[in-house]
Amino acid sequence: MADFETPEVKEYLEIPALKQGVMSHSKPFVSKEQFQEPLGFPGELVENWQQVAVDKLGELLKTNRGLRVFMDSCVKCGACTDKCHYFLGTSDPRNMPVARQDLLRGVYRRYHTLPGKLFPKLVGAMDLTEEVLDQWYSYFHQCSECRRCSVYCPYGIDTAEVTMATRDIMNAVGKGQKYSNEIIGKAFKIGNNLGLPEHALADTLEGLEEEVKEDTGVDVRYPLDEKGAEVLLVTPSADFFAEPHVDGLIGYGKVFHQAGISWTLSSHASEAANFGVFIGSMENMKRIAMRIREAALDLGVKRIVFGECGHAWRVAYSFLNTLAGPFDFLDPRYPVPQHICEVTYDLIQRGALTLDKSANDHRRVTFHDSCNVARASRMGDIPGGQFVIPREIIKAVCNHYYDMAPDTIGEATYCCGGGGGLLTDDLMELRVKGALPRMQALREVTEENGVTHLAAICAICKSQFSKVLPYYGFQMDQIVSVHQLVSDAIVMAPRQ
Amino acid sequence: MSFATVFFALLFYAATAILLIGVGMRIVQYARAPAPLKIPTTPAPTTRSGVALRMASEVVFFHSLFKANKWIWILGWAFHLGLLLVLLRHLRYFTEPVWTWVVLIQPFGIYAGFAMLAGLLGLWARRLFVERIRYISSPSDHLMLILLIAIAASGLAMKYIWHTDITAVKMYFLGLMRFEFHPLPTEPLLMVHLLLVALLMIIFPISKLLHAPGLFFSPTRNQADDSRERRHVTWVSAAEKPAAQTER
Repeated sequence: MADFETPEVKEYLEIPALKQGVMSHSKPFVSKEQFQEPLGFPGELVENWQQVAVDKLGELLKTNRGLRVFMDSCVKCGACTDKCHYFLGTSDPRNMPVARQDLLRGVYRRYHTLPGKLFPKLVGAMDLTEEVLDQWYSYFHQCSECRRCSVYCPYGIDTAEVTMATRDIMNAVGKGQKYSNEIIGKAFKIGNNLGLPEHALADTLEGLEEEVKEDTGVDVRYPLDEKGAEVLLVTPSADFFAEPHVDGLIGYGKVFHQAGISWTLSSHASEAANFGVFIGSMENMKRIAMRIREAALDLGVKRIVFGECGHAWRVAYSFLNTLAGPFDFLDPRYPVPQHICEVTYDLIQRGALTLDKSANDHRRVTFHDSCNVARASRMGDIPGGQFVIPREIIKAVCNHYYDMAPDTIGEATYCCGGGGGLLTDDLMELRVKGALPRMQALREVTEENGVTHLAAICAICKSQFSKVLPYYGFQMDQIVSVHQLVSDAIVMAPRQ
Repeated sequence: MSFATVFFALLFYAATAILLIGVGMRIVQYARAPAPLKIPTTPAPTTRSGVALRMASEVVFFHSLFKANKWIWILGWAFHLGLLLVLLRHLRYFTEPVWTWVVLIQPFGIYAGFAMLAGLLGLWARRLFVERIRYISSPSDHLMLILLIAIAASGLAMKYIWHTDITAVKMYFLGLMRFEFHPLPTEPLLMVHLLLVALLMIIFPISKLLHAPGLFFSPTRNQADDSRERRHVTWVSAAEKPAAQTER
């Protein structure tokens, strides 16, 4: 099936002995002019790329406090060295967060600090050679920007920020990543990452309505571009047809239906995902985010709700107000934006949904905290609400719920292995190996508690797990959407 | 006036100036660079006072490091706490009369010297023998530990083995603070101790010692998690234009 070996899942997760350079061959396809140009990046490696890169780094240091502080502050204490799932799964020391950062920090020191200019060898400074650029391209595409290392760093150094900055620099010199940049282009041109045009979207939603009618006998609507709806739902486009994503979308519709909330999707903003964050490009991130504002204004909605998607929720929760705000035209009684889990949780708390837990009795469920939800955003009113709310929803709709080991969930959650713009077939080896820590934890609850299903609230996690679960001896359909569980348990009696 | 008296006087004036101006300039750079987006590592406090508490738990207890690795935490914490007490203990060489609380902590300052040294040796052992940490170490990372170990060891050696005329040393530094030159004792160990301390002060603003001011400016730790309630705009982006014109 592949030219690499799936890591062995042992009794405990071990910190591997270092194997230098074993992942240096791992590189995603390089972008081409046609994908670079719409994003405002050069189509191929520019002639004076070293100078452009050094200047771009200088500019980022002046405009991004985090990067500046992170470049200076690392003391090489080693706290992060055993925290990255890609290191644990590949044994390549360059996948230790500090070693990854040092690929940029070495260049920073060489060109932007006095000791690095005078005594490069002494302080680990290095010239920006073609070889270094090559290493950048390889190892900054082996970071899923999951921020697990930043939890443990005594100075809060966030490798995700360093990865984003380096990808931004690589794009500035014309060495972009095809997967992310092609997708961003589609979001600009068509409105979603999958390139699903308006009529195809309308057909899909019509199909869903028929399917739900057949299943439940109830007319649940999946509306598109309906002016005057109360809620604009922005959801990852994978929700429109991928499995198990679409079962989640069916669930959102049922929740809105039962709660009597009018809602609509938008063909202009038919995508919650924002790959601009992955490539560290404020401009592109903002362009995508603005489509949501435009759609909300155009449709005259009162609330914006996001579907199940990890990094989309980060951009929505943490950045949307900055990028596309202020949202003073929306109903001030609701937070902007809201997560679909917050909506469902509130309805459950108020007793507004009738739920039949036994509908999920054939499942024993655990929950995978998605990295961007866990460590880069929040749900509800209290810190850590992002851990409580999805679990409370699952427990309200399932009789059998079990958590994985505490050091693999919550703020310590392991990435699925496919986040941060790495969910592409040209990085399959990395994705499979990076999933090891999560698979280890899943195996434990499978053996101890007979867990049969892994629930998630992230489109990337869901796609990644359907692909890598079989490598570890699980079934691809063991991954489910949280709102798929809701969908199965919700009692759809016709409204009185 | 001996050569040593003048040399160390000039050296400490220069080192103090470099330390203060260098770190000051770095802090200005950190403060002036905008933080374009809200990036606190969550779960994060939702209020400014919550952030102050989070920051205090990082500065005082190294909370994140505690979560990461108990060995590095206990060694690093012993070193830093030891260093703090040792520095406070040294205040008696710069004050006359000596403040009461400085007198009271004198005995603890001695134990702290040993704790500091033990912590440093432990950290260096990890850097030498733990494969992952050896991999990420540059020569400067080893040298920094050697420098600190040498400072601690030479200080303790003066206390316990080769004594120096500590009253004269105090006269010397009290004098420097008033721009008066008093003779400095010339025991070799004292020369070494003072030279290394001056070196540490000089490299502070251009080395990883910047982690000290850096922590306070780290956006993942010093930002409140309130992005939905409060629109985050930096002074730079605010000066440009709002992200969106407020229609209707």
